[in-house]
Amino acid sequence: MNFETIIGLEVHVELKTESKMFSPAPNHFGAEPNTNTNVIDLGYPGVLPVVNKTAVDWAMKAALALNCEITRHTKFDRKNYFYPDNPKAYQISQFDQPIGEHGWVEIEVNGEKKRIGITRLHMEEDAGKLTHTGNGHSLVDFNRQGTPLIEIVSEPDIRTADEAYAYLEKIKAIIQYTGVSDVRMEEGSLRCDANISLRPYGQEQFGTKTELKNLNSFNYVRKGIEHEQVRQEQVLLSGGIIEQETRRYDEATGKTLLMRVKEGSDDYRYFPEPDLVDIVIDDAWLERVRAEIPELPDARKARYVAELGLSSYDAMVLTLAKPISDFFEATVDAGADAKLASNWLMGEVSAYMNAEQKELSETALTPEGLAGMIKLISDGTISSKIAKKVFKELIEKGGDANDIVKAKGLVQISDENTLREFVTAALDNNPQSIEDFKNGKDRAIGFLVGQIMKQTKGQANPPLLNKILLEEIAKR
Amino acid sequence: MAKMTKEEVIEVAHLARLAITDEEAVHFADQLEAITNAMELLNELDTENVEPTTHVLQMVNVLREDKSVPGLDRELVLKNVKEHEAGQVKVPTILE
Repeated sequence: MNFETIIGLEVHVELKTESKMFSPAPNHFGAEPNTNTNVIDLGYPGVLPVVNKTAVDWAMKAALALNCEITRHTKFDRKNYFYPDNPKAYQISQFDQPIGEHGWVEIEVNGEKKRIGITRLHMEEDAGKLTHTGNGHSLVDFNRQGTPLIEIVSEPDIRTADEAYAYLEKIKAIIQYTGVSDVRMEEGSLRCDANISLRPYGQEQFGTKTELKNLNSFNYVRKGIEHEQVRQEQVLLSGGIIEQETRRYDEATGKTLLMRVKEGSDDYRYFPEPDLVDIVIDDAWLERVRAEIPELPDARKARYVAELGLSSYDAMVLTLAKPISDFFEATVDAGADAKLASNWLMGEVSAYMNAEQKELSETALTPEGLAGMIKLISDGTISSKIAKKVFKELIEKGGDANDIVKAKGLVQISDENTLREFVTAALDNNPQSIEDFKNGKDRAIGFLVGQIMKQTKGQANPPLLNKILLEEIAKR
Repeated sequence: MAKMTKEEVIEVAHLARLAITDEEAVHFADQLEAITNAMELLNELDTENVEPTTHVLQMVNVLREDKSVPGLDRELVLKNVKEHEAGQVKVPTILE
């Protein structure tokens, strides 16, 4: 029997506001443990939370960017649970009137477009961070307690691990463009849980789902889902039943392990938060926030294809991360050819970033620097091969491409007479190659070009060199 | 009139992290049943067109500007903590 996999993702995104959701304590990643808290975060008796206006604006902004309808009368609810990461013993969240509902994003996998629904987007507060020391104790840092969070719940529209990956990339890109979060999975400002169930093809009703946690990178999301898919299939094929439970992805083994049997929503005893009054969003508020939404990745992608002549794939890759896309636009604005700028960013620049594990902003490369180099390639001053030397200098030390080319004497030799001298010398020294070429061995040309490039330190203008070489051989 | 079982009491006690004995559970089941049944009286009223009241004040949109103030001094934060280590609160590990 063949099974269809049904996947729904829950994505948590931390908003990078200055202060916390309900308290004025600072909201910054990376501070010394327990230095960014106050009595509200710590749940002292008699304290009262007050909602951060910017956090509501930003949750609304994210919801609108994800095509959600905004709930005009929204409110907070109390979710009760006991765990050492939360000194209040409840989390302020939203239960039945989330700020956003009925959204969607469009993904593309193997050239196929698909719309993934977003059930809801709600506001809540993050909990503290627990570190298990492994000797029966855990250490708690409450800095994260009260950080504004949005939770984005997808419809069960995702069918494969690749679609889940594409969905996450899209959510990450859109949120990054809105500027409300850093969406860095490695810093926990974007986190993802996956709900997975299987059903025989053709069956309407969903099977029992398991929830997968501890998915700390997009790749682990993919691997975790793939593993869970196989595990559930094996259980079902051997006549077993899937229990509704929470499982943990183990990075070391690539397997999923049982954490706990899932509690039902009733167990959280949600009720309207008595310490906070409702929020009513009027047209003016909604439109003010809507007006702040910048051009989003899909719109940029479409513009790159229509106006700059990039391929759909290149435009998609370039727009995945806002820093790269912004850099690309600045490079084109500085006069670079769009196609060349795209090729360099997706090729050499990405390769450098991956190899050095650096963000683009951590390198010395500037849009003006890259544009300057591309202009030198376009006008024939340097060859693509020489450009790689210039590029290395630009990305490591910065500066101006023109200055680097002059200082290092890298200008391309495009003078016909000079090139003809090199060609003549090379032909004189390699009579066998001429013979070979005339006998139909095209490779001999490559050898001769190589010899001349060596002599000119790679500075010969390649098309011109080829032309002259063929002319000179024909004369012999 | 709804019946409150011992099992329900034990489950609710667990959610509230209250340790109770079987005897106490039976005892509380009787008491809670009386209370919930008394609450059932409210169901005699027709509330079809009545909005639930969660706040007595008709006030909305109480918001603050996104400005931060420095966090509490860590020594103060940890003052009432039973045990701490490296600036963090030390608790027994509870596996979820």
